[in-house]
Formats: sequence, structure tokens, C-alpha cells
Amino acid sequence: MALLEVRDLQIHFRTATGVNRAVDGLSFDIEAGEALAVVGESGCGKSVTSMSILGLLPTPPGKIAGQIRFRGQNLLNASESRMRKLRGAEIGMIFQEPMTSLNPVFTIGQQIGESVRLHEKASRAEARDRAIEMLRLVGIPSPERRVDEYPHQLSGGMRQRAMIAIALACNPALLVADEPTTALDVTIQAQILDLMQDLRSKVGSAVMLITHDLGVVAEFAERVLVMYAGRKVEEATVRDLFRTPRHPYTQGLLKAVPRLGSSLGAETSVRLAEIPGRVPDLSKPLRGCAFADRCPRAQEVCHRIDPALETKAAGHLAACHFAPREVSAA
Amino acid sequence: MTDAPHLIEVRNLVKRFPIGGGLFSRSHKVVHAVSDVSFHIARGETLSLVGESGCGKSTVGKCLARLIPLTEGEITLDGQRIDGLSRSQMKPVRKRLNVVFQDPFSSLNPRMTVEDLVAEPLRSHGMARTRAERHARVGDLLEKVGLAREAMARMPHQFSGGQRQRICIARALASEPDIIICDEAVSALDVSVQAQIINLLMDLQKDLGLALLFISHDLAVVEHMSDRIAVMYLGRIMEIADRESLFRHPRHPYTRALLSAVPLPDPEADRDRAVLTGDVPSPIDPPSGCFFRTRCPMATDRCAAEVPALRDMGAGHMSACHYAEDV
Repeated sequence: MALLEVRDLQIHFRTATGVNRAVDGLSFDIEAGEALAVVGESGCGKSVTSMSILGLLPTPPGKIAGQIRFRGQNLLNASESRMRKLRGAEIGMIFQEPMTSLNPVFTIGQQIGESVRLHEKASRAEARDRAIEMLRLVGIPSPERRVDEYPHQLSGGMRQRAMIAIALACNPALLVADEPTTALDVTIQAQILDLMQDLRSKVGSAVMLITHDLGVVAEFAERVLVMYAGRKVEEATVRDLFRTPRHPYTQGLLKAVPRLGSSLGAETSVRLAEIPGRVPDLSKPLRGCAFADRCPRAQEVCHRIDPALETKAAGHLAACHFAPREVSAA
Repeated sequence: MTDAPHLIEVRNLVKRFPIGGGLFSRSHKVVHAVSDVSFHIARGETLSLVGESGCGKSTVGKCLARLIPLTEGEITLDGQRIDGLSRSQMKPVRKRLNVVFQDPFSSLNPRMTVEDLVAEPLRSHGMARTRAERHARVGDLLEKVGLAREAMARMPHQFSGGQRQRICIARALASEPDIIICDEAVSALDVSVQAQIINLLMDLQKDLGLALLFISHDLAVVEHMSDRIAVMYLGRIMEIADRESLFRHPRHPYTRALLSAVPLPDPEADRDRAVLTGDVPSPIDPPSGCFFRTRCPMATDRCAAEVPALRDMGAGHMSACHYAEDV
């Protein structure tokens, strides 16, 4: 049994123009201690998936079906009080924008201590000591002073460190990090990624990292799940995915990213590979493969039949009629 | 070097913002947003300004477009001073110099049709007299940026982020400018759409001989787009060089650290990262000497005492580091 098992997750939103299928039949596992990255572009459903795991999606307007099993228990049936016990204790979370995720009227120490007091019934003094210890762990200088400061007194990088300190205060088994470094500058991003990697090995948490940045994926994750239009189109180890991407969307994404060093030495400027067109409107029913309209390899069958996720090589899944399959793969 | 002036010449640009202080108290604190920045842009060239948030790159762009007044310094366009011009004197300059911003959602008036939006600069610069002429010009512009002519009847909310950015670019092109300032113009876009817009900008530049001032924090995009690059930190230019030279042989420890911090989309890349410690100091109270010294692995006492000048390291590669030879 994996730590987290998501089975046939459907997240639909009723909107004025119809039912928006934000997530459409998503299944994946996260093993204990593993770093899984979920990549995709805006609107592919990666963030709503993370919100649904945390039980933070309001229903209605959302409608969630399928299963999200954490340690074998389906979270979708769990009561709100059960979810409250899980959140912050066993499942930690980090969001993109630390300024709006931190409460401006409480000190950093109070916010870190809150989950410790709540989940571990620690006293005020114990919670404060733990807060100082956590701030030291995430590399905030002079934690004894910072613990009594308010979020506005910290820089962006320090606020994100404080968020991480809150998320990890109760040693969660799973950390859900939604674009944790997107709002940060590169030099600070490098610090935060190093810190998350370091803490993962110390605390042993599994991490579900949601990001649009393929560079961050390559540096941080062990396994990658690529989403497009609410569906999983490819899943593989980081190494396999970057070496031999099998889905045309993944291939297109990897070619569309400008890379450092790639355009040096060229006489004329290099053109980036474009993925023509745009993401389909999810409030209209999709027929066939969601990527077919933008796919350079699309055939008639792609517009008719939605390709199933198939094992194309050991541990490498792709949902494409024409993705090459290795001979040895079952 | 010829004597003909560069398209854009910026000399010793300084921008300070006073902060704090109410109506009755005299404020003495100032944010040193841009300190003594000089550069030039040739016709048809792309110069990029890179740096992290708060480094002053956008402020330089805004001063150049005269969206905010500068505190000190000179800006010339084709040899003509534009820094002291009045609003009405600026009008012919605005025709030649346009801006595309990061957020295409807030840069387009939601109550105007695409036709009105793109025709506005044509009308204001008197470039198309009749309605039919304007209609035809708008159609041509939309096609040039990869949109259908029919798009002009629609409203901005009916377009995706990438398409809106195309509308902003069409608007910026309408007055047939010599230079467009792109302030993080592709930063808010998804990778696949970002590639489309980058290609579009590069094509337009080639076809129209446009110069670009490309302001960005994304070094990979900058490497892809630019002829020359200026790296800014805390309001100063740390290094300025042509693309090959800067990316192959950075001569400033900050540039080197920036480059090594960029996550590469290659899990098998083998590199030793120089992770900078600490945060960027406050621009209200910047450190003495070299602004980068508080985070610099190479800093010595000299760096605290003396502001390093931008020095030519050969072939126009300028670095503001006392120890540029050793980087």
C-alpha cells in the first residue's frame, strides 16, 4: 500500500457555461518518503488536485468523485474534524504566495506553534521552543528574535522558509508543495530547493511538488507526472522522462523551454519549438485525445478515441496512440 | 565606432524614491532604486536587463519610457535629450518608443474592442485619417502578430493570456516605433505559449528592425533573446557584455551565482552550484562600497571601502568588480 493512492479522481465545477472537468480520471500513487513532481501548464488541474487531497476544495461548486486514500483511508469520506487532525499533522502544505498564506496579525512563532499545540497538545512554552528550533532548521538567522516578528517583517525568501517551518513542524508523512518557489528569485529559489531536499532526507516526508518549471522538476523530484487538460498524459522517473519523453506534449514542452547555454555559439538566433494553438476549453466535452488539436503526430484516430494510459517501458506510462513502446515492456 | 548617436543612450541614470513621512514630517529616508546606470542600445539591437526583484530593472524601463520622472541623469533618443521633455513634447517620442508589460490582463481596457484598442495609437498619432484606413491597418497589425483579422470585433476577455499579449504587442507596433520596452512581457505565460511569443518578438524584430529593451528575471529566456545583457543588482549594473561573452565567461561573482542558481531541465546535469547565502540588502540602506559584497564569496575589505567602477575587460565586456580578473 502506497502512502497516498489517488484513484480515478474526478473534479468538476459547475460554471455558467457548463461543467468544467478540471480533473478527469486521475490516478497515481506516492510512496512514503518519495518526491513526486506534478507538472503541467495553467489550468491542467494540478493545483485543484493538491487542494482536493488537503480537503480544501469547497463543494459545491466543486464536485469530487473517485478515491483519495491516505494510509488506506479514503479522505473523500473523511469528516471535517478528521481532516483537521490530518492537515498540518500528517499532511503538511506549502503554497506559492507566502504573504497571503501567513496570517498578518500573528507572529511567526505563534503560527508555527499553532499546529504543534493543536496536534501534539504542547504547552505554550514548548510550542515556542519548537518554533525556534524549526526556524533554526530552515535556516532563518537569529531565530530567537524572529520568532516574535510578524510576517511583514520578513523578506519573501524568509517568509517561504517560515511556511516550510510551519508545514514541517509536526513531521508530516506527506508534504504538498504547490509552486513553492515560483514567487521567489532564482538565488532564493536555489536556497529553498536545497532546504526542502535537505529536510526531506532529515524528516523523511514524502513530497508532492506541483510546478510548471521543468528545471525545478529535474533538480528536485524522483518521479514525474505530466498533466494536460485534467488528465495524466505521462508518468516516469525523472531520468526517463527527460531522456526519452514519450508523449508528444511532454516532448513539446521540453523543446519549448529555453535552456541556458543552448543558444550560445549559434550564428543566427535559434527558434524555440512552439506548441501551436492552446489548451482546450474544459467546459466543453472532449472527444478523443485532449492534445490532438495541437499534436504534430495526430491522426484521424486521435480525434475519435481517447488513448488509454499504457506502460510503454518499465515504469513509464504514456497516454498516446503513437508513443513508441519498448519491446520488453508488458 | 561611428559618430552617429546610438538609438538610445542612458547616462548616469539615478532614481530615488522618498519614503515614509506624513504630511507634516519631513521624510529623510529614500529608496535608492537606480544608482548611476549607463548603457546604450543600437538600432535593431536587443539589450536585456536582468536581475532579481528590486534590482531596479523595471524602474530603468519606466524612466526610459518617461512613465516616471528620473532623479538625475540623461536619456537621449537618436541624440536628442528626452529626459526633460514636457508632456506635449514627449508625444512624438512616444510614437517611437512603446512598452509591453507583464500582465496582459490589466494592460487592456476591458470595455474596448480589440479594434479600438489597437486603433487608439493610430488615432492619437494621426497615422490613419479615415475609419476605413484604420480598420485596414488594425487588421494588418493583428495578422502580423498571429491573430485573425476577425479578432478585432471581440473584447479582451474573450482571449487567452497569450493572445492578449499578442494584442498588446500589436498595439505597441501600431505607431511603428523604433524601440519596444518589454517589461517581463513573457513571464506570466505558460511555457508553450511563452515560446510562441518569444518567437513572435524575434521575428518582428528581424522584419521591422526594431530595437528591444527586454527586462526579465529569466536568464534562459534572456540568453535566447538578447544581443547584449546588463546584469543589475540593487540598482546598479554589475556587468554588461554581449551574450556569448557574458554566458560563457561571466566576469562578476553575482552573474556567476545567478547562472548557477538557475535550475536546469536536465536531471543528469552535473554541476557544482554556488548557492548564495542571505538576502538582498535593503535599497533604503545599501551597504558601503560594492552593493553585492554582503553576499559575495570573494569579498574583501577593499569591497567595503571602494565602489568598484564598471571596467572594460576587453571587447566591451564591462564588469563592476575589483577582482573581475579572478572571477
